[in-house]
Amino acid sequence: MNILSLFVIIPLIMMAIIFCIKGENKSLIRVVMSVGGLALLAVSAYLTINYLKLRSGGDDSEFLFTNTPLMWFESLNIHYAVGVDGISVAMLLLSSIIVITGVFVSYAIEDKVKEYFLWFLMLSIGVFGFFISLDLFTMFLFYEVALIPMYLLIGLWGSGKKEYSAMKLTLMLMGGSAFLMVGILGIYYNSTPDGALRTFNIQEISQNVAALANSGADMSWQNIFFPLTFIGFGVLGAMFPFHTWSPDGHASAPTAVSMLHAGVLMKLGGYGCFRVAMYLMPQAASELSWIFIILTGISVVYGAFSACVQTDLKYINAYSSVSHCGLVLFALLMMNKAAMTGAILQMVSHGLMTALFFALIGMIYGRTHTRDIREMGGLMKVMPVLCVCYVIAGLASLGLPGLSGFVAEMTIFVGAFQHPDLFHRIFVILGCSSIVITAVYILRVVGKILFGPMQDPHHETLTDAVWYEKVAVFSLIFAIAAIGLCPLWLSDMISEGIENIVKIF
Amino acid sequence: MSLPLECYLVVSTLLFFIGVFGFIVRKNLISILMSIELILNAASINFIAFNRFLFPDQLEGFMYSLFIIVVAAAETAVAISIIINVYRKKKNIDVKSINELKY
Amino acid sequence: MEFLNLAPLVLALPFAMFLIIGLFGYKMCPKFAGILGTSVFALTSIVCYGIAIQYFVANYGMEYPKEVLFNFDWLHITENLVISIGFLLDPISATMLIVISTVSLMVHIYSLGYMHGEDGFQRYYAVLSLFSFAMLGLVVATNIFQMYIFWELVGVSSFLLISFYFKKPSAVRAAKKAFIVTRFADMFFLIGILIISYYTQTFDFGILTEVIDGQVPIVHETMGGITLGGLSVISIAVFLIFLGGAGKSAMFPFHIWLPDAMEGPTPASALIHAATMVVAGVYLVARLFPVYSFEAPEVLEVIAYIGAFTSIFSAIIACAQTDIKRVLAFSTISQIAYMMVALGVSGFGGEEGLGYTASMWHLFTHAMFKALLFMGAGAIIHAVHSNEMDAMGNLRKKLPITHATFLIACLAIAGIPPFSGFFSKDEIIVAAFEANKWVFAVEYIVAGLTAFYMFRLYFRIFWFGEPDNGFEHEPHEAPSTMTIPLIVLAAITVITGICWAFGILQFSQFVSSDSLGYAIETHWSIALLSIMAGLIGICVAYFLYFKKTGRPNTVVSYIKRPYLWAYNRFYIDEIYLFITNNIIFKRICEPIAWFDRHIIDGFMNLLAWFTNSASEGTKEVQDGNVQSYAWVYIMGVIVITLVSILNYL
Repeated sequence: MNILSLFVIIPLIMMAIIFCIKGENKSLIRVVMSVGGLALLAVSAYLTINYLKLRSGGDDSEFLFTNTPLMWFESLNIHYAVGVDGISVAMLLLSSIIVITGVFVSYAIEDKVKEYFLWFLMLSIGVFGFFISLDLFTMFLFYEVALIPMYLLIGLWGSGKKEYSAMKLTLMLMGGSAFLMVGILGIYYNSTPDGALRTFNIQEISQNVAALANSGADMSWQNIFFPLTFIGFGVLGAMFPFHTWSPDGHASAPTAVSMLHAGVLMKLGGYGCFRVAMYLMPQAASELSWIFIILTGISVVYGAFSACVQTDLKYINAYSSVSHCGLVLFALLMMNKAAMTGAILQMVSHGLMTALFFALIGMIYGRTHTRDIREMGGLMKVMPVLCVCYVIAGLASLGLPGLSGFVAEMTIFVGAFQHPDLFHRIFVILGCSSIVITAVYILRVVGKILFGPMQDPHHETLTDAVWYEKVAVFSLIFAIAAIGLCPLWLSDMISEGIENIVKIF
Repeated sequence: MSLPLECYLVVSTLLFFIGVFGFIVRKNLISILMSIELILNAASINFIAFNRFLFPDQLEGFMYSLFIIVVAAAETAVAISIIINVYRKKKNIDVKSINELKY
Repeated sequence: MEFLNLAPLVLALPFAMFLIIGLFGYKMCPKFAGILGTSVFALTSIVCYGIAIQYFVANYGMEYPKEVLFNFDWLHITENLVISIGFLLDPISATMLIVISTVSLMVHIYSLGYMHGEDGFQRYYAVLSLFSFAMLGLVVATNIFQMYIFWELVGVSSFLLISFYFKKPSAVRAAKKAFIVTRFADMFFLIGILIISYYTQTFDFGILTEVIDGQVPIVHETMGGITLGGLSVISIAVFLIFLGGAGKSAMFPFHIWLPDAMEGPTPASALIHAATMVVAGVYLVARLFPVYSFEAPEVLEVIAYIGAFTSIFSAIIACAQTDIKRVLAFSTISQIAYMMVALGVSGFGGEEGLGYTASMWHLFTHAMFKALLFMGAGAIIHAVHSNEMDAMGNLRKKLPITHATFLIACLAIAGIPPFSGFFSKDEIIVAAFEANKWVFAVEYIVAGLTAFYMFRLYFRIFWFGEPDNGFEHEPHEAPSTMTIPLIVLAAITVITGICWAFGILQFSQFVSSDSLGYAIETHWSIALLSIMAGLIGICVAYFLYFKKTGRPNTVVSYIKRPYLWAYNRFYIDEIYLFITNNIIFKRICEPIAWFDRHIIDGFMNLLAWFTNSASEGTKEVQDGNVQSYAWVYIMGVIVITLVSILNYL
């Protein structure tokens, strides 16, 4: 059996086991989840090692670990086809780290544990399936599978105005996928030469498009479907002005769901923009990129400025995600190898550190019962472990060398600045200004809630992290520091995947 | 000497529209039921009249009107029992008062 | 023993200490953590000394080569642009190794006494190790990006040390300010790096600063002649890089963070905010000096003017401050500006490059005596539990060692021979005299002002008369862990000065702009002038502050307004506060946040509202009333029938 299918099968088996567990046997469910999550992590680590081995062994086909495509809907020629390149391996590794830490963080959930984890697993299936698929339709299918559980997870286990937020998030993302559907169908119907069998396979489409472009066929269809696809994924990637689901959604979601959502699900957007929109419609991508460079450039600065005056911890982090994810799309649109490598690195890095942030915010909120930074202060004294971790997360977010954020941002800035066009370079300089604003809002929070005198006497008695929280937080920090200290293997793995794609522009 | 077909048709049309009118405007369940009976009777008259004038040597029209009478009787029995139950519950038989089913 | 092979230890040991004390320190007894950190740093220092001495001895009298001891790839950005982490040994980095390891070791030892019994003692040592690691990594950087990496790391360790007393809101504010202001400047540094690397396709210092035939070929060939808005791209790039340096080195207008940074523990101020980190900007300009000198001389001129302005500006402020650490902070700004000026007026090669040598020499001497001053101030604060001058006076008998060493440092900074500061400052003034008379005049005045405010400080602390309310409790001399570093640094200050005076081991034999040693003659005509300025400053201070009299107040009443301005630091902080609070937060951030919540999100909500009300509007049709359905149905049937009949007719 193909190793990649394990990413879908393991969660399915876990779902089946949890479904069969009678009643509310919480500890058993948690054990199953942890074991399964660790298995996923092990599979992705094994995959990474084998991938690197194969590559260093000289295997240079575009996708590795491919299966023989399995037909599941013949009249439209839809297959279940899987395969990975360096980028997907990085994303799978990221996802499995976030899933396992998310499981540990979810130990705090006490209500309807079984249902919670069932939906949680469904979300994971969607995420993993999306990253391994090579068939456009299957990919879209998994995309939808990942989106729907969000509604219930926020609506049932969330806090605050959860119904409103869940509805808003789902509707906006569904609106995005409506665009996406049109885009995908547009690609499907236009990418094959006349008379040939139409296909959803990404690799074949890409070859067909290249052949069509070489034969001088009319490629103007791309100008319609590229923006649709890009916006469709851009909604999930929190691109300005389609980002407003993110603050509300994150604020209401339970901790682990915020982590998974900001850490992985938002990466689906970036990954899709790149794998579907840009890879399959390179001509339009080069032609129209300037529009999206402006939009994402705005996201970067705008998100950072908005974060400066928020008072809710989760809002701050959500706006910071808007800024950081904007940087991902921004770098992708620079369309050179270095910048795109940086973009993928930024996805991994942002995934890890935003998950860390949300985990910590969840833990702090669970203790203080407030997320308003004006009501907190001096927490460092009562919960040193959590607070030191928060400082580390903050430093990672503002790009401290030695942590992953720096590697990603610098690769983006230096890479993007190699663009020969002055317009692009000016936008890079604008983007650079975000590192200062990031410092402002991160330090504002750190100074306000962790340092300084105690705001609320009730906080004197709060306790520090318990074991499962420590496991989750420390493993995320470990991953962040590991990437930050030795980035070479990851960046080489990614850039070798980028190479195949960047040559088509 | 017999009346021409049109006379029967005029009567049945009048009867039908009286029934429709009653069905639409009356609020009392019994009256609505009676209106439905009128509509059914209008149909029966049509069946018989057409049978008599167009196909005098066949009996399908009469058969149908018999069917209608039987179905109408059964329907009335069911409807009346529903109405009685409604009355027990609501203490009235106003059609406006039984609107829970639409929610 | 071949010390050069041990070079990786210079970075590895402090980093390992950071990890060990940082991760497991809370389990150790504080004293053990401190001694562990100190002893391992002592090892590091030995290696640093060994490397520097072997390097200088091996190449004495020849051209000093740029040796790359190790260099490994850390991150590939493009084929050409590779960030590597390495160890570059050349005269200035060797000098810096000596400076950093000496001061840092002294601070490690001093802190054992000064920080004794503080909460977070282990944390302090962990961050101290991190800082030492970052600072050593910065000076040995083989490429400009490595420098940027460690540049950020020293920034963050500075943040962590300033906010050491994190329960004090003023400390937190100061830490934030320091980080954000320097970060703002770093952004320019980064943009400068981006521009340079875009054209030259390299980060490597060896390539970037290679001089052939009076030009820097890589920069000259790839960037020469390209202009942007009338300015040459080279000038823009190197000016942006200088701005980065100006942020770290607290040049006007980025100087505002340094005085506030004094909220941190005093030894940390001595190490970071006096001796090492703040001179990183000077070091950066010195590192890229050939590029400035040959390809952008106009930027050097600007640097000289900025330096001159900063030095006189902060010297004036220093005269009016009452917090002793702030006086020292402004004095630091002024002295670093001196170094910048020296670079700004310097030429390239031999005697022409006097300014360059003088700048590095002043960096060296200043690091020693300023660290000494700060540690002395620490001992004083330790004794009287206050930073304010009003709580001090007449301490010379109570703190004899502190008094003696403090006096040596004051004499050195005031430029009185034979202390080291005299020679370094004198060479700067000579270099300025030869290059630019205006700058010379300013620096000359600053020399007098420096002597005045330092001796104001000295007399005010050690003479003057006991404070009005007496001491809180009897001041006593600090423990030996604190006094030994004072004595060591004082000895260095005296010995290096005497060495220079007798012409042994002259600094210019080691450090020069073109890596060739040369001998410097002391220009006694100018030297006498500057000694005079120093003496005048000391005399004025003596006249005003030697004894407790009403004289200071009388003088102040004559110059009330200027005094107030200087006392309030010319309101620069207020301007910054106004800009951040009223412009950035109120005029930019809040409108954007409002715009986002109300316009962008409002539009989405409007869409939802529209859908909702459309369905509200049409749902009446489906009211579930069969009678109205029947009505519509019948009407429909009638209409259709009529239409078909009419059609038929």
